[in-house]
Amino acid sequence: MWFPKLASDRVLRAEPVDAPFALTLHQNNTERIYCLNEAAEAAGLHKGMGYADARAFCPDLQSRKADPQADLRFQHTLARWAGRYCPWVGVEGHDGLVLDITGSTHLYGGEAAMLDDMHLRLHRAGIAVRTGLADTRGASWALAHYGRGIAMPGNALGHIGALPVAALRISEGDSVSLQRLGVRLISDLVALPRATVTRRFGPGVLLRLDQALGRRAEEISPLPEAPHYGVRLTLPEPIGLAADVMAGTGRLLERLCTRLKDQEMGARVLNLTLRRVDQASQNIELRLARPLRDPDRILPLFQRGVDKADAGFGIDQLRLEAVRVDALPPEQVSRATVRRQDQLDDLITRIGNRIGLENVRRFLPADSHIPERGYIISPAAFSDPAEGWSAPRPRPVRLFPPEPLHHTGTEPPGRFRWRRMSLTTGRATGPERIAPEWWLADENWRFGVRDYWRVETKQGWRLWLYHTPQNPGWFVQGEFA
Amino acid sequence: MSSEFWSEFPPRRNRAHEVCGPGALFFALSFAAQTPGPVLWVSERWRADRINPVGLSDFLAPGRLLTADAGDHLEVLAVGEEALRSGSVALVVMELNKPIGLTEGRRLQLAAETGKTRALSIIAADTGSNAAETRWQCAPVFDLVDSTLQKWELIKNKSGTLGVWDISWDAKARRVHVVSKTGERPGSESRAG
Repeated sequence: MWFPKLASDRVLRAEPVDAPFALTLHQNNTERIYCLNEAAEAAGLHKGMGYADARAFCPDLQSRKADPQADLRFQHTLARWAGRYCPWVGVEGHDGLVLDITGSTHLYGGEAAMLDDMHLRLHRAGIAVRTGLADTRGASWALAHYGRGIAMPGNALGHIGALPVAALRISEGDSVSLQRLGVRLISDLVALPRATVTRRFGPGVLLRLDQALGRRAEEISPLPEAPHYGVRLTLPEPIGLAADVMAGTGRLLERLCTRLKDQEMGARVLNLTLRRVDQASQNIELRLARPLRDPDRILPLFQRGVDKADAGFGIDQLRLEAVRVDALPPEQVSRATVRRQDQLDDLITRIGNRIGLENVRRFLPADSHIPERGYIISPAAFSDPAEGWSAPRPRPVRLFPPEPLHHTGTEPPGRFRWRRMSLTTGRATGPERIAPEWWLADENWRFGVRDYWRVETKQGWRLWLYHTPQNPGWFVQGEFA
Repeated sequence: MSSEFWSEFPPRRNRAHEVCGPGALFFALSFAAQTPGPVLWVSERWRADRINPVGLSDFLAPGRLLTADAGDHLEVLAVGEEALRSGSVALVVMELNKPIGLTEGRRLQLAAETGKTRALSIIAADTGSNAAETRWQCAPVFDLVDSTLQKWELIKNKSGTLGVWDISWDAKARRVHVVSKTGERPGSESRAG
């Protein structure tokens, strides 16, 4: 199965355009056409053409940026869809699928009927497709790209013999050289003595030929089936009470957690969808601080979201999906220590669902003498507490962005005003010189080295002042306990 | 004199406390240092001044500390209440800069009671709620010898007397130390007599 216009079909399905249309991709410093529709082809454009040239050829060309990642996802979606024809579906290149339909054609009433069905459904979906069906993967590729129809069993050569050598999936260079030698068709290549071809082109060309003709086996590797962590519960009568919804969620959780346990996974993000009788649906997202698969612990965490949900005229379907899962291998735990840790994790989850999981953080030590970089702030859900804190010299307990002082000179001021307070220096300890880390560009340290002073004022405040000798100025940066 | 202090500090369990004044951070850290277990520090996201874990490692291991940056005043209170109710942290410190109403104060108090934890709100002067168990006013004091000297004043106490103490930090023992009144220091006249 070959989708010659996979990328543009994907975009055009979302927003149909009745005009020449092309997707452009930035390659080698120029915008090139990545994929285009039939109208654009009729206007004389082709793949790989410069976008500026294409616009000159065809002034009313519409274009979008190409997104190869999304195309890949779309290809995999199609592969999943193709599972309706046979279970053995693999991906071919970046715009094709390969199906091993052995033994499943009779379900559709024969090979031709199956191909017709494929064409019909894909045409209805607005996706251009070319198919080839043969004994071997190579022959069907050749038929899909360069010919059409079904090759009878055991007669692959008869069908693909009349196709050009490029249909053998050989490299462009090989194909051009073969044509220069006058070997234009596959049947011409078969007629040549094998030794001469190998001497001239290496084993690659004959390997492809043998694969196409079935003299050498070629496997199809189907896509792995991604485990799906979603369960649903459809109710005969709509429910509206929060307690009922929680009971339903509890049942779903039990099923989901059994599945997670089989795969040794733990849920990180859960999504509960409540579908109401009027077809509106509500999402309750639960982000967990640790991968979990214990229904008794997860269920209470849903309480807040369920209480806030609006049941309307009633809810008739609950759907629970683990959107993100992490590996959670079974581990031996001791009862004593784990309980408190579990409680703390649940608390982080609950707070995280209120203010955002990334806003619950903890400090980790960092190796830097720059005061602002002596520590790292890391989300608590994704880190563990670390030891190894050391302050070789007294450091303030509170840091703030530097606040300028009105003072000149290299000694700390005797009297100064700070935050609308008039302060008198009682004792000043210092200076402690801290040089910027030149290997990191930091805008705050652009004034060069700093001489830090610990200033104890007669009014009580103990402040951390610094002087920048390279660019004279005084600043307050912190406050001691 | 100092025995009275130790009956009030560290502030009682299952209660919500308040502290104000320029030395409030020192008070909160000394409190956390004498409370074993995890500490949750809740503040508002927009604040530019941040606690510095390197500096406060003199008081308590920063690994015990969890911070939560809430969006606004109400979220700080909500997060604080949730944490207190769950009982999985030993102390919840909330940095507030708006007055706490009686309802909010009472809810914090009830949550601390349910979770058997302690709450400490760092508030601006005169913005506390009547529901708080104790309120402390702390200010650093300049001293020629001791650079950790503070004056702690207990200005509200629901179940005890008020008092004023001079406090210094004992870095070795990692706890506060009550400085005796001038007249009661070892070697002074009244003591000898």
